[in-house]
Amino acid sequence: MAGNEPSARPRAPHLQVYKWGPAMAVSIFHRVSGDGLAIVGGLMFLWWLGAIAAGPDAYNAFIACVWHDPNPDAGTFHMVTNLVGKIVLIGLTWAFFQHLFSGLRHFVLDAGAGYELKTNKLWSTLVFVGSITATIAVWLYIFAETLNG
Amino acid sequence: MGNGTRLGRVRGLGSSHHGSAHWLQQRLTALGNILLVGFLFVSFLRLPMTDHAAVLRWASNPTVALALILMTVSVFWHLRLGLQVMIEDYVHGEATKLLSLVLLNFYAIGGAAYGIFAIVRIVLAPAAGLAPGGM
Repeated sequence: MAGNEPSARPRAPHLQVYKWGPAMAVSIFHRVSGDGLAIVGGLMFLWWLGAIAAGPDAYNAFIACVWHDPNPDAGTFHMVTNLVGKIVLIGLTWAFFQHLFSGLRHFVLDAGAGYELKTNKLWSTLVFVGSITATIAVWLYIFAETLNG
Repeated sequence: MGNGTRLGRVRGLGSSHHGSAHWLQQRLTALGNILLVGFLFVSFLRLPMTDHAAVLRWASNPTVALALILMTVSVFWHLRLGLQVMIEDYVHGEATKLLSLVLLNFYAIGGAAYGIFAIVRIVLAPAAGLAPGGM
């Protein structure tokens, strides 16, 4: 099997046999998070803007679907969409921070800096640490605000 | 075309005649996105998001509305460039590639137009003497 025999030769960059490292992972997740923001984030942003423009009823329907249905007789459908909505919003928050921090790393690389192996590995790792930490911090804040009022 | 010096080659923009425009636009819109999406993100955290009246009051402020329009342009321009690269890298059939790029342009241009029109409706509905949604 390609990639399994002990060899000093460099291996072909197929994902299946590629040795995962922070630098290649951050590059892949830049694309994944960009896709998610572009399609899911873009559509949710347009849905939200359209709901604001369409008036209070449309906006309340949007909130009842994505976030919380204040109706005490809210059905299972909204219970499911409220849960999915929160998961999607948490995912988008992570994608936002991942793409932002990874994008800042690209600006540094564009300037020709940060290509030394250790430096590259360090900043790639820090992008993941930063995006996960920021996402947790933001959602702790949101849930604390929601519970307090 | 200037095939002689390195500078000449850059000025000649190479065989595609586009040179670094795509690359540069992606960086410029990225810079715009940092500022404008950053503003939107902080606004999301500070606004009472479930309150339509409060969100409407915020969005109909002229400065906020202008920032939202600029953000929509910057974001949809940036995502068109980014998804274009994704399609070019991973969609291989000529026909599916062409179709994907056409759909991408529909989404990017149509999405931006929908977003900007929604912002205009939010801002101008009171000026036209209409309740929100009446436009």
